Amino acid sequence: MTNFTLDMLRSLPGPEDIHREVLPKGITILTRSNFNSPSVVVAGNLDAGALFDTDEKLGLADFVTSALMRGTKKRSFDKIYNELESVGASLGFSSGVHKSGFNGRSLAEDLPLLLTLLSESLTQPAFPKAEMEKLRAQLLTGLAIRAQDTSDMASMVFDEILFRDHPYSRPEDGKPETVQKITRDDLVHFHREHYGPRGMVIAIVGAVKADEAVRQVKRVFGGWQVKGQKEPPELPVVKLLKKTASKNHRIAGKSQSDLVIGTNGPKRRDPEFMSATLGNNILGQFGMMGRIGDVVREKSGLAYYAYSSLSAGIGPGSWEVSAGVNPQNVKKASDLIVDELKRFVQEGVTADELADSKANFIGRLPLSLESNGGVANALLNIERYDLGLDYYRRYAGLVSEVNNEDVLNAARKFIDPDKLAIAVAGP
Amino acid sequence: MENHLTQTTLSNGLKVLLKEIHTAPIISSWLWYRVGSRDEVQGRTGISHWVEHMQFKGTPQFPSNVLDKTISREGGSWNAFTYMDWTAYFETMPADKIDIALHLESDRMINSQFDPNEVTSERTVIISEREGSENEPLFLLGEAIQQSAFRIHPYHHEVIGDMADLRTMTRDDLYNHYRAFYVPNNAVMAVAGDFNTQAMLARIKELFEPIPSGGEPARLAREEPVQKGEVRLSVEGPGSTTYVQVCYRFPAASHPDFFPLSVLDSLLAGPSNLNMFSGGISNKTSRLYRALVDKELAVSVHGGAQATIDPFLYTFTMTVHPKRKPEEALAALDKEIQRIKEEKVSKEEITRAIKQARALFAYGSENITNQGFWLGYAEMFANYEWFQTYLDKLSAVTVKDIQRVANEYFKPQRRVVGTYIPLG
Repeated sequence: MTNFTLDMLRSLPGPEDIHREVLPKGITILTRSNFNSPSVVVAGNLDAGALFDTDEKLGLADFVTSALMRGTKKRSFDKIYNELESVGASLGFSSGVHKSGFNGRSLAEDLPLLLTLLSESLTQPAFPKAEMEKLRAQLLTGLAIRAQDTSDMASMVFDEILFRDHPYSRPEDGKPETVQKITRDDLVHFHREHYGPRGMVIAIVGAVKADEAVRQVKRVFGGWQVKGQKEPPELPVVKLLKKTASKNHRIAGKSQSDLVIGTNGPKRRDPEFMSATLGNNILGQFGMMGRIGDVVREKSGLAYYAYSSLSAGIGPGSWEVSAGVNPQNVKKASDLIVDELKRFVQEGVTADELADSKANFIGRLPLSLESNGGVANALLNIERYDLGLDYYRRYAGLVSEVNNEDVLNAARKFIDPDKLAIAVAGP
Repeated sequence: MENHLTQTTLSNGLKVLLKEIHTAPIISSWLWYRVGSRDEVQGRTGISHWVEHMQFKGTPQFPSNVLDKTISREGGSWNAFTYMDWTAYFETMPADKIDIALHLESDRMINSQFDPNEVTSERTVIISEREGSENEPLFLLGEAIQQSAFRIHPYHHEVIGDMADLRTMTRDDLYNHYRAFYVPNNAVMAVAGDFNTQAMLARIKELFEPIPSGGEPARLAREEPVQKGEVRLSVEGPGSTTYVQVCYRFPAASHPDFFPLSVLDSLLAGPSNLNMFSGGISNKTSRLYRALVDKELAVSVHGGAQATIDPFLYTFTMTVHPKRKPEEALAALDKEIQRIKEEKVSKEEITRAIKQARALFAYGSENITNQGFWLGYAEMFANYEWFQTYLDKLSAVTVKDIQRVANEYFKPQRRVVGTYIPLG
């Protein structure tokens, strides 16, 4: 089993090199310096995700994030991007179910510019009418491309089956008919109600000192106040499947079908999270895509990719197996996957498998944290799930504690091979 | 922080590049072979990529069920890539675990077994990989364009290979290809990260020097003749989105014109990012975005060259606006190309392109894997100096250079225009 050397431990973010500060209006700043490269990353999020969307105008939160940089009260779309691109910087917004996020980077010398543009886009977007229509055509084209993507469509159908009557069943980028209905007033209204400093988190990582980073954030966001910023709606309970439910989605003319088979997974804060994640690694990640990869790809030669994944967030996530196979092999691959899930909940994992996956988790941590972007994501993760500034220093211990029984219990708690959601998209 | 670079060649011809970087306890090791789809003849297209897959199927010392777990167990990240000109294998590991990666690579340089049963099961895996690509309109279009642009040169076919060949190639074909090209004198070992150069070099010698050098691999000499007129083609398929690709002949990456052309690419379509492990930037103020996307003829436009040994293609890709015709988008592109040929660009535009390149370099240097990548990658089509002097060479580009290369390379009679026509 991998031991953590002192060198490695020191390379991980921890309480003495992460600076955390909450501004009076509610913005949380997290910073960590790294002077090895002259660049800097800015990333963060706000409580303005697709949970707020109505079914009728699904995709509104996403439309807003795409529109924030299309012109502000001070600068046109072209001017914003001209300033960014002229210095090789980037900035973008995207929407998830709970949060809307931002991500940017630049040379350290251009951090003030990057933060100015971030702040203007967040606090003073103008939503110019002409730009809205250009953007709408782009979003609709994106949805038309999605409709032809077997992997995207299989995932979408899977969510519809697994999370029926729950906001998690909906695609955040909406549907053509709902995106058509969104007006400029909707964007203005959504922005006014949901964008504000309360609940906003911003992480700055790279070649800048903590006090300078904080000073810069205060300069651009210090005066931001929003009255009546809406609280996120309460999340309904997810209804579990009573028996296996399958759905085929036809996309004519394609050479390969994608399938997604799975069930509900834990929340990030659930006590089973670490056991389930380690179990998932054995099931469909470790080495060449774990047991699933071994059975579907290595032994049967049925697929180029076949793996499992676990997505755990604020609410209950999903635990799913995905594969891309020849349309004639859908049934064969699907049966093999269900058999593996059965074996997983009946027999659990072996001591060797668990030891391998623990070593893998602990050993790969420094790799995931070497770039500024990797560290920024880690800081946002700590904040979102209240993991503690020392989380990554404690991580090896948390992984080591898990035993075979924990993995088996987690598998049995979440996976019932007779109550699966099965989605297929293909010709 | 000073980064030590060492370059040497072992007695068996293996070239070694080592770069000490002590920013994190991580080492990235890259083994590059000078073999790719450019070394393949009809009947055996896709063989280099398939051999790459077989390199994960085991040696007597690292059988397949051991090999794929060895690196992961130690917390490593690893993968392999096959391209037109090269095949590369990398492992990025906690610094104290790198030995296992070096050991594995030296072993599979010579001892891979190519078990016939493994060949059989991998055949359908690779066919499945190809079928996945065939789901993508831009794969179908790109393949048709390459086939038209290269009638003689082996850049004619996709790296994945033609379906007919994937169905018929034999175990012996694969093994012979492996033995011919996987020899130390046809490889470059590049290691970057937290190590001591002397110790690392000693270990590499210990592991790799006993491997005997092989014969110089035979190369195909099938130069593509000059194209004598514009080629237009179309591919039909499912969907509702129209794509247009316009491909011009570009020089080899080692050609001095590659640098002014890189600046030109930046002005027209936004800077291409050559880093493999670090994203690029947006292109919303490039000339083509303004002319095509702002004007609602396309919903996106991108451009990019690839660094290759022999002359390849520069490709513009336009996703046509749902209310427009592909000819309208093409006409607007042509107008911008005409403009850059006739009117001098401003000095500021060049300065801007250089700043963009400088930023992309800085982003790439955050990551040890990316630094390891560059050490060997540049060797595949030029040498590491190409990378080290890249920014200087861009800085030397003049307004006159831009106009000259625009006129020389963006000739309508030397391009291929392909349209993906959606059938609904």
